[in-house]
Amino acid sequence: MQITERMARPSAARIPWVTIGVWSGLAILVLVAYARAPLATTAVLTSTIRQSTPIILGALAGIMCERSGVINIGIEGMMLIAAFLGFLFNVWTGDLLLATLGALLVGAAVGAFHALMSITLKVDQIIAGTVINILAVGLTGYFYQQGLTTRGKWSSVSIPLLADIPVVGPVFFSNPPITFASLILIVVVHVLLFRTAWGLRTRAVGEHPAAADTVGIAVNRVRYINVIIGGMLAGLAGAFLTLESVGSFERNMTNGRGFVSLAVMIFGKWTPFGAWGGSLLFGFANALQSQIQFLKNQLPPWLAWIGDLPPQFIGMLPYVLTIAVLAGFVGRARPPAAIGKVYQKE
Amino acid sequence: MIAEPEIVLEARNITKRFPGVVANEHVSLTLRRGEVLALLGENGAGKTTLMNILYGLYHQDEGEVLIRGEPVRIGGPSDAIRRGVGMVHQHFMLVPVFTVAENIILGAETGRGPFLDLNVARQRIRELSQRYRLDVDPDAYVKDLSVGQQQRVEIIKALYRNADILILDEPTAVLTPQETEELFAIIRSLTAQGASVIFISHKLKEVLAIADRIMVLRRGRVVGETTPREATERSLAEMMVGRSVMLEVEKGEAHPAAPVLVLDQVTVLDDRGQQVVNGVSLEVHAGEILGIAGVQGNGQTELVEAITGLRPVRSGRVLINGRDVTNASPRRISETGCAHVPEDRQEDGLVLTYSVADNLVLNTYYAPPFAHGIVRDDRAILEHANLLIEKYDVRTPSPLTLVSALSGGNKQKVIIARELSRKGRLLIAAQPTRGIDVGSIEFIHQQIVAERDRGAAVLLVSAELDEIMALSDRIAVMYHGRIAATLPAASATREELGLLMAGAQPLNAAGESPMDGRAPVNVQQRGI
Ligand SMILES: Nc1ncnc2c1ncn2[C@@H]1O[C@H](COP(=O)(O)OP(=O)(O)OP(=O)(O)O)[C@@H](O)[C@H]1O
Ligand SMILES: [Mg+2]
Repeated sequence: MQITERMARPSAARIPWVTIGVWSGLAILVLVAYARAPLATTAVLTSTIRQSTPIILGALAGIMCERSGVINIGIEGMMLIAAFLGFLFNVWTGDLLLATLGALLVGAAVGAFHALMSITLKVDQIIAGTVINILAVGLTGYFYQQGLTTRGKWSSVSIPLLADIPVVGPVFFSNPPITFASLILIVVVHVLLFRTAWGLRTRAVGEHPAAADTVGIAVNRVRYINVIIGGMLAGLAGAFLTLESVGSFERNMTNGRGFVSLAVMIFGKWTPFGAWGGSLLFGFANALQSQIQFLKNQLPPWLAWIGDLPPQFIGMLPYVLTIAVLAGFVGRARPPAAIGKVYQKE
Repeated sequence: MIAEPEIVLEARNITKRFPGVVANEHVSLTLRRGEVLALLGENGAGKTTLMNILYGLYHQDEGEVLIRGEPVRIGGPSDAIRRGVGMVHQHFMLVPVFTVAENIILGAETGRGPFLDLNVARQRIRELSQRYRLDVDPDAYVKDLSVGQQQRVEIIKALYRNADILILDEPTAVLTPQETEELFAIIRSLTAQGASVIFISHKLKEVLAIADRIMVLRRGRVVGETTPREATERSLAEMMVGRSVMLEVEKGEAHPAAPVLVLDQVTVLDDRGQQVVNGVSLEVHAGEILGIAGVQGNGQTELVEAITGLRPVRSGRVLINGRDVTNASPRRISETGCAHVPEDRQEDGLVLTYSVADNLVLNTYYAPPFAHGIVRDDRAILEHANLLIEKYDVRTPSPLTLVSALSGGNKQKVIIARELSRKGRLLIAAQPTRGIDVGSIEFIHQQIVAERDRGAAVLLVSAELDEIMALSDRIAVMYHGRIAATLPAASATREELGLLMAGAQPLNAAGESPMDGRAPVNVQQRGI
């Protein structure tokens, strides 16, 4: 996966043949699959997008934090707390929009807490993130009551005309709002980081805070704001789980997605589109996995053995695939140079 | 009497204390329109601190700053920038993975709304480049630029913000002589157009060449002011250090013995995969100093890194004391008795977040007397530190101070102290006196000669031709990754070396034998 993060340079300089090759290969594969099993193919692809939504949102959260130089391994916890409180807001108000906004605010608050610990109090950033993860599991587990019900969850919206295109329509243009939002946010974060003054400052602060300081940039303020924005993105990922995907809360329902997000962020070399590629991979493996469990008895004879595998084994597939790809195919990823380091001038 | 130009910057009675040191004590300074004020002083005298205060990075404890006659409170760099003060820092402040244009506009971005528009910036950068003859490509990545080019980027960065008071903190420490000349031309064109410059350097020749006035600091206080017309190198050195300084190296005849370091057809690649050392063979004998001269970027850096195990040797062999240490680990190479003063002190020489004492045992902490089994002996480490701090005159409040708080030159002295005190059989010193004041250079040079006389083999790499000529017994000139020639130092002339460094063919094949470098008793002028 070759994502250029350069700006304002002639992009024709290097043609990303590998990327083009991979994507055309995938497109052909989809066409072939669609010709043989249109329904299953569309189902797998739709589910790929949905499954990848919390992952890409979490990864965007990580990108915002880490590009400004703050490690955030607390995304899992941020998601979980926001998922839980978003769910409660929904129970109390019955208004999905309010509940979603509430989850965003909760994310921002946890983000601010992370910023406070890692920037102002200079707690080791890995520890700060771990604190958030542990707190999240403990608090949501403690306050969770069974039997709470809500009036529902976000449902799909179809964009007229576009949604009628075969395959592409149902996959990209008929989705519930948070999924739509995540697709838009990929572009937004990319533009923010690589095309705006704020993004330039953010990256400068993450690479060389002293240099940013000497041109008058308030290093810690830039970091605070980015970590809070990151918290909101993680909060939206949490909202996706309880307000759009499942519709209710379960203990520890993030189930490692926050950590997968981090893996995907690294896979994507700290770029939004790169991370999206990684998220889709994870989403696809997940979709395939549930499709296999679902269609166990209808598999063609030469694949029948798959149906006999224990379901836990198939359930492992997305994680194994993600790790294998991460370990095997990604070249050396270079994190922002000042990541994890407190900035202090005197 | 001609009216003097207006005073653009004035500092009155500035005092700044750090834990354990008074970095500036009632320092006053004036800077007039169109002049170059040079600031001289020993390592740790407080030059950088004073400049950081003027630029808003530090805040003075006492005293006031006036810009164009108006008392100002400089709360941070943005205040300084707004008032036309620009600073080029001792350690460059550029983001390596950004392009030149991105680095220049950072913090002063142009564009439509929140969106960046680099074209406007490129246009202005081109204008500035032309006006002041500062040649750079706005779209090049900073990490791909030479230090000289990076320096130009820093200067354009200040000019881009309309700075007319320019602070240059040791701008020439890492420049080649040609680049220094170019910088001086730039400074002259700046002051001709009405800008004022504060110039810090340890090289007295440069100060005499470029300054209109010279101010000397010692231990945080102003000890005098003079002009190039009244001063000489010798008088400046005395003013700085407070005693008379020997500007020459005294050394006796070398007594070379068996070879200690042997390189056999060594080739090395640089970070970009280009072969920058192309089959270098040489021998350094016990009891001699072999100097490698050459314009920076001809493979010297990579060669030293390869010998010391910091960079892979692609082909060829490296032998120390007859043992093959090609591609051995740095620890193993260090344990053969190889001391190394690396070129990049911040990156390779120190752990900035460790104390001075810990940095002084960075390559010996695990062995007696500093450790017994797996337990370190803090007392021994501290004693060792106190001894070296005293002997090498490291200006630090205490051995437990973090190295990051030391002045640039004192950081370098920590490394020198650690490596020279190891009493190894081989000393590899790359740019050992970069950023060091004259008084300490004198001492370090004496120590290097003492190492030789003790019987160590010394490989000296320096961009200062004067330093090479003053210390070496034999001089190898490196050009395009090859040893262009090896000459006995006694008979080598500046002109000859200069030609070889520029790629001229050696006139005769003299000097190929390693043993003809025995220098007669000589006292040579050392350039400062
Ligand atoms: N951030 C800091 N914290 C503590 N002490 C400091 C700090 N910066 C400088 N000092 C101390 O203040 C004194 C002056 O340092 P400064 O960097 O101004 O020296 P300098 O004249 O620039 O020396 P050099 O020629 O070596 O660069 C030194 O003793 C140094 O240890
Ligand atoms: Mg200094």
